Amino acid sequence: MQSTTLILILAAMSVVAFYAGRRRSVALVGGPRQGSVLHSLPGYYGYFTAIWLLLPALGVLLLWLFLEPTVIVALVVRGLPETYQSLSAGELNLFVNNVQNLAAGDAISGESDAVLSDAAARFLAYTATSRRLLATLALGLGGLGGTIAWRRIRPDLRARNRVEQIILLGLIAASSIAIFTTIGIVLSVLFEAIRFFQKVPVTEFLFGLNWSPQTAIRADQVGSSGSFGAVPLFTGTLLITGIAMFVAVPVGLMTAIFLAEYSSQRIRDVAKPLLEVLAGIPTVVYGFFAALTVAPWVRRAGESFGFDVASESALAAGLVMGIMIIPLVSSLADDAINAVPVAMRDGALGLGSTRSETMTRVILPAALPGIVGGILLAVSRAIGETMIVVMAAGLAANLTANPFAAVTTVTVQIVTLLVGDQEFDSAKTLAAFALGLMLFVVTLCLNVVGLHVVRKYREQYD
Amino acid sequence: MTMAEMTEANGSEEQLPGNAGLGVTKMPGPKQTANGGSAVAVAGQHIELGQTIGDFRCENPYIVAENVNVHYGDNHAIKNVTLEISKQEVIALIGPSGCGKSTFLRCLNRMNDTIESARITGKITLGGQDIYGKDLDPVALRARVGMVFQKPNPFPKSIYDNVAYGPRIHGLATDRAELDDIVHTSLERAGLLKEVKDRLEEPGTGLSGGQQQRLCIARTIAVNPEVILMDEPCSALDPIATARIEDLMDELSQDYAIVIVTHSMQQAARVSKRVAYFHLGLLVEVDETDRIFTNPQHKLTEDYITGRIG
Repeated sequence: MQSTTLILILAAMSVVAFYAGRRRSVALVGGPRQGSVLHSLPGYYGYFTAIWLLLPALGVLLLWLFLEPTVIVALVVRGLPETYQSLSAGELNLFVNNVQNLAAGDAISGESDAVLSDAAARFLAYTATSRRLLATLALGLGGLGGTIAWRRIRPDLRARNRVEQIILLGLIAASSIAIFTTIGIVLSVLFEAIRFFQKVPVTEFLFGLNWSPQTAIRADQVGSSGSFGAVPLFTGTLLITGIAMFVAVPVGLMTAIFLAEYSSQRIRDVAKPLLEVLAGIPTVVYGFFAALTVAPWVRRAGESFGFDVASESALAAGLVMGIMIIPLVSSLADDAINAVPVAMRDGALGLGSTRSETMTRVILPAALPGIVGGILLAVSRAIGETMIVVMAAGLAANLTANPFAAVTTVTVQIVTLLVGDQEFDSAKTLAAFALGLMLFVVTLCLNVVGLHVVRKYREQYD
Repeated sequence: MTMAEMTEANGSEEQLPGNAGLGVTKMPGPKQTANGGSAVAVAGQHIELGQTIGDFRCENPYIVAENVNVHYGDNHAIKNVTLEISKQEVIALIGPSGCGKSTFLRCLNRMNDTIESARITGKITLGGQDIYGKDLDPVALRARVGMVFQKPNPFPKSIYDNVAYGPRIHGLATDRAELDDIVHTSLERAGLLKEVKDRLEEPGTGLSGGQQQRLCIARTIAVNPEVILMDEPCSALDPIATARIEDLMDELSQDYAIVIVTHSMQQAARVSKRVAYFHLGLLVEVDETDRIFTNPQHKLTEDYITGRIG
C-alpha cells in the first residue's frame, strides 16, 4: 500500500473518530440539552479521540519510513553471495545503488547479471512486505488508540485540557524548528570554518591585507598557493555599507519625519504604500539597475568632473543599496516617532513650540534610541546584501577608501568562491565558510545591539 | 452626530416631558443666544436649550468667546458658545463626558489646530486681540495661554531641562544664571522646589504622578503665561496629590486666569469662582459657583450636579 493511500485512510478514520467521540460524549450525558454536565464542549471529545487515533499511527509511520531503507538494504546485502560481502564500502554502495535503480526500472551502470537481478527482486519483495506490515501496524495502532480514547470518554474527562496540551506541544515544536535550523546552520558553518583555519592561520585571515584565493588544483600546476587576508573584503564591505547608509539614513529619516509629522493624511495614504513597493522590489532588479544604469552614469558624471572612475565603482553599488534601504530606515524611524506619546507633542506645542522645535527638541530625542536601533538593523541588512554588489561591485579585492575605485565585498567573494568548480575541502572553498562565519558574527552583534537599544527605548515611558 | 442627537432627544424626553423645544436641533441665532442671559428663568420653569442662562458675561472680561462653533468632520462638537472670562478668576467647566468642555478649552490656545478635521467658527479674543485673526501666530499665543494636561506629560529629560524648555525656546533668559533663576522660581511657585532641588538633573519621568503634574505646572508658568488652561489635571492623581494641586491653583489664581475642566463637582466647588455647565456641545448655564451648586436654574444642570446625568 502506498503511504499516501495510508495517510488518506488515516485522515478518513480520524474524521470518523471525531464524530464518534463527539456523539459518545453527548450520548453519555443524555442528549445535547445536558451538555453543561460535560467538562468540555462535545467537540473537544471528538478532537481527543481523533488525536489519539492519529498520533500513534503517524508516529509509527514516520519511524518506519525513516528506518525502512536502512533495514531493507541491510537485508538485501546479507542475502548476497560471499564475494559481494567482501567488497569495499564504495563498491558495495555502487552495487546497492544499481539494485535500487533496477528495482525502480531506471537505467543502471554496467551489465545486469543474475546476482543483480536476484537482489533487485528480493529488494522489491522486501519493500512490498514492509509496506504491508506498515499499513497493518499503522492502521491497527491508530484504531487501537482511537478505540481506547473513545472508551475513556466520561463526562468528567478533561478533554479540553488534554487537547490544548497537545496543541501546545505542536506550537512548541513549530517554534523550535526555526531555532534548531539556525543552530544547525551556525554549527555547520563553524565546523567548516574550523577546517579552513587548520589550513590557513586565523591571524592571516583576520589581519592579512592581500586577498587572492587562487589555489593550485594539481600539484604540478603553475599558480600561487593563494592568500587569504580578509581585510580588503571587510573594508570593501564597510565602504559600500557606509555609502549606502550615507544615502539611506538622511533620506529615510527625513521621509519618516515628513510622513509622521508634517504630511496630511491623504499624502500619507499614498506615500506609505509606495514606500512599501520600493521595499518589495527584488534585489536582483536593484542589481541590474545599479550595473546597467547607475554605474555608467556615475562613471560619466565622475569623468566630467575629472575623476577616474572604475566602471564597477563602490559608489554605484552603495548608492543603489542606499536607495534599497530607504524604506527600511523610514518605516522603522516612522514607528519610533509614532511611538512617542501624543502627550509629549501636545505638551511641547502647548508651551508654544513651533512644529520644528517640537520635532527637534522633544520628539526626535525621545525617539532617538528607536531610530538608532532601526539604523543598526539597516546596517546589518546592508552588510549582508549580496545581489546588488555581485552585479554592480567588482571582484578585485582592492584595499582602498576611494569610492570611485572598484572594491569587492564579503558576500561577493562567498558567491564567487562557491560557484567555482573546486573540490569541497580545498582552502578556497572553505574560505567561504570562514567569511560566512565572520559575516554572521558581525550582523548578529549589530542585531543584538540594535534590538537591545530598541527594547531599552520601550521602557522609557510608563 | 446622529448618535448625539438621539441621546439628546431621548434624554430630554425623559428629563423634561412635554418640552417640544428640546428635541429640536436647530440652533437659535447668535443674537438670541447673546440675549439669552437676560431671560433668566425661575427654577423649575422650562428653558429653551441653546440659550445659556446665568452670567456668561462678566466684569473686566479678558477672554471673550463669541458664538464659537467647533466641528470635527461631521460632528458638531461645540454649538454657539458665548462666554466671558476675567483675569482674576478660576472658572471650572463641568459636564458629562463628550459634552465639549475639553474641546472648548482647546479652542482657547488653538490646540485644536493640530487636529486635521477640526473646524472652528466664531470669535475668541484674548485681551482684545482676536486669537483666530490672520495676523496672530498660534505658536506665540500658546506661550501666552499655558496648558496642563490630563495625564502628567513631562518630557523624557531632566527636571531642570523640563522647566527650562519653554524659556529656552522663547529666549527668555540671556545667560545660565538667569535661566537657573527662572527654573528655581517656577519650581518654587509650583511647590516642587523643596522636593527636587537636590536632583534637578534626574529625569522628570522618575517623579511620582503628583510631582510630575506639578512639574508640568512649573514648566507652564516658566514661560510666564497670562492664562493657564487645565484639562482634568487631577484625574490621574491620588487624593493627596490632588489636594496639593488644588492649593496650588488657589495660589496661582492671584496672578493668572485659570480655566479648569473637571469631572469632580467637589473640585469645581473647592477651586472655582464661577462654573460653566456644558451639555452636548451647548453651554447650558454659567454662574457663581455657590449659586450653581445651591440653586441651579436649569433642570439639566440640576440633574448633573445631583448625579442624575453621568
